[in-house]
Amino acid sequence: MQDKTEIDGKGYWRAVLRLTLSLLAIWFLVSYGAGILFRDFLDQMNIGGAPLGFWFAQNGAIYVFVALIFYYCWAMGRLERKFGLKG
Amino acid sequence: MMDQDFWTYFFVVLTFGLYIGIAIWARAGSTQDFYVAGHDVHPTINGMATAADWMSAASFLSMAGLIAFLGYGGSVYLMGWTGGFVLLALLLAPFLREFGKFTVPDFVGDRYYSTTARVIAVVCTLFISFTYIAGQMKGVGVAFSGFLGVPFEWGIGIGMVIVFIYAVLGGMKGVTYTQVAQYVVMIFAYTVPAIFISLIITGNAIPQLGFISNVRGDDISMLDKLNEVVTGLGFGAYTETSKSKLDIFAITGALMFGTAGLPHVIVRFFTVRSASAARYSAGWALVFIALLYTTAPAVGAFARLNFINTVNDATYIEDGEDYDASAAAIVAEGGKPVPVWYKDWEKTGLLSFEDINGDGIMQYRGPNAPDGIQNELKPSNDIFVLANPQIAQLPGWVVGLMVAGGLAAALSTAAGLLMVISSAVSHDLCRKTLFKDMNDKTELMVARGAAASAVFAAGLLGIFSSQLGFVAQVVAFAFGLAAASLFPTIFLGIFWKRMNREGAIASMTFGLVATFSYIVYFKFVDLDPAHWLLGVSPEGIGFPFMLGSLVVGMAVSLMTAPPPQEIQDIVEDIRVPGLRRTLAVAQEHTAP
Repeated sequence: MQDKTEIDGKGYWRAVLRLTLSLLAIWFLVSYGAGILFRDFLDQMNIGGAPLGFWFAQNGAIYVFVALIFYYCWAMGRLERKFGLKG
Repeated sequence: MMDQDFWTYFFVVLTFGLYIGIAIWARAGSTQDFYVAGHDVHPTINGMATAADWMSAASFLSMAGLIAFLGYGGSVYLMGWTGGFVLLALLLAPFLREFGKFTVPDFVGDRYYSTTARVIAVVCTLFISFTYIAGQMKGVGVAFSGFLGVPFEWGIGIGMVIVFIYAVLGGMKGVTYTQVAQYVVMIFAYTVPAIFISLIITGNAIPQLGFISNVRGDDISMLDKLNEVVTGLGFGAYTETSKSKLDIFAITGALMFGTAGLPHVIVRFFTVRSASAARYSAGWALVFIALLYTTAPAVGAFARLNFINTVNDATYIEDGEDYDASAAAIVAEGGKPVPVWYKDWEKTGLLSFEDINGDGIMQYRGPNAPDGIQNELKPSNDIFVLANPQIAQLPGWVVGLMVAGGLAAALSTAAGLLMVISSAVSHDLCRKTLFKDMNDKTELMVARGAAASAVFAAGLLGIFSSQLGFVAQVVAFAFGLAAASLFPTIFLGIFWKRMNREGAIASMTFGLVATFSYIVYFKFVDLDPAHWLLGVSPEGIGFPFMLGSLVVGMAVSLMTAPPPQEIQDIVEDIRVPGLRRTLAVAQEHTAP
């Protein structure tokens, strides 16, 4: 028996999984991707005086990690409001 | 050194007094206070405490030096020890907080409706935490013996007393607020010298920007210059590594998933008010960690360059000689005297010079030196961070601050680990397994007793393990085991409803046994890298075994009965914040 006041837990969870997967894809790309696997290709370019792939491995990936977590916090807050979970 | 000794004592006594003061102010009154600081810590404050909890003596003292020697190869620590927080924030922390219990074995025991699973999780937790804490206590002993002339064992003893006071009295509440103070001490001590070194080498005050700038007064980038200098001395290029891509990948993975599975990090997220606060807390923790972790590679590179510039090919001055007179004579002859900071730090044994060719000059060379000269210098990893203030010619009090910072890093991590050890024993082993009718008051007493015995055991372990001298090797254990045993079980427990008791027991046992055997075998029995599985080193083996542990857990679950309905309902509840409450309200409304 589906009640109208009951929240759409399944829809919410699907949206959470979609968000989590896309953020993990970025997480993988900036560290394992840019810093390790495609490093040689990226090193053809420079950021300031550092080869780009090397810079991602030692500094850049960390900045992206921080941004990812705060975006996640914001996006989860939005999802919770959308599905009426806030409170 | 007289002046410096004064400042070192001054800062160490001042900070220790501060920690004890905080402990008295933040006494724990209940098990809830003792285990999770009353679930009531502000996310930003908890982020700061998590950063101090996470960054150990190794992060503070050794990492920059390690990167200075490894160059690009050091990236595994930078990415691994920060990327794990993304996994924590997205996959574990908010859900475990929503579950609302006290410890990691608590979650495993309840989610897998099994005392056996709980006890295995306790074993994993204790093993990981004791491995880790031995290194911290050793760090405390080294700091005291190296800088204050106190015997090593006494140094550990003093560290034990301080941690005892604030961990046993204050529990998680005391530990949280001391960790905040320790973070401030630590980050100040780390960044101030880094800014000055960056100014000296590149002319840029921000180390992260100096890292990608040109050498001061020159048209060549700092990293190009460094590559040129190190290859000229016969070392590998700084921006390259001798490790295989696969091994770099695996080590980074083991450190990331290991970070996410370390119990002393996970429990920090139990101290905040809600799942949402746990997410923000992970973000803040990484901000505070990134401050140090993005500075470290810059410090490493600057220190390597500076070390070569000032020490290589310098003329050595013996201890008995008058330093100023000899140095003036060397300069008059057009030579370069050994720097003052080198002579000061030589006494600690962190630097050593052996005049192999007997010419009185200190030659620093790599294995493939073009001029065929043998290397005569052995700097330790820790020297670069410690000697930074003097290299940058900062006043004596900055050195004192560095020592206090190193102690803060070691003590904050040790305290976090002690809390995990004591709660695993008092809560999971005693109250939930052996004496189920224990009341809250008795449990708090047992928790304090367990914390006290853990302090004692950790101190002995610190003394004992430093005599054996393989602390560095066993650190691979902590991360490998956390990645392969705890992470898969917690992750599947949240994201796969079908995961059952049998799967969890099989998965944790596989991760524990496989990782343990592999590391012991290749660290102590067969040291030949040619025999490694798929070419993955013991440091990185946690990653493939983590994947293996996921597969084992899922396969065994599918072959056995699904978990009971009420467990599946619990999983639904922790996925959707506030669901339990909302449903209860909805039912009230529809009730006649």
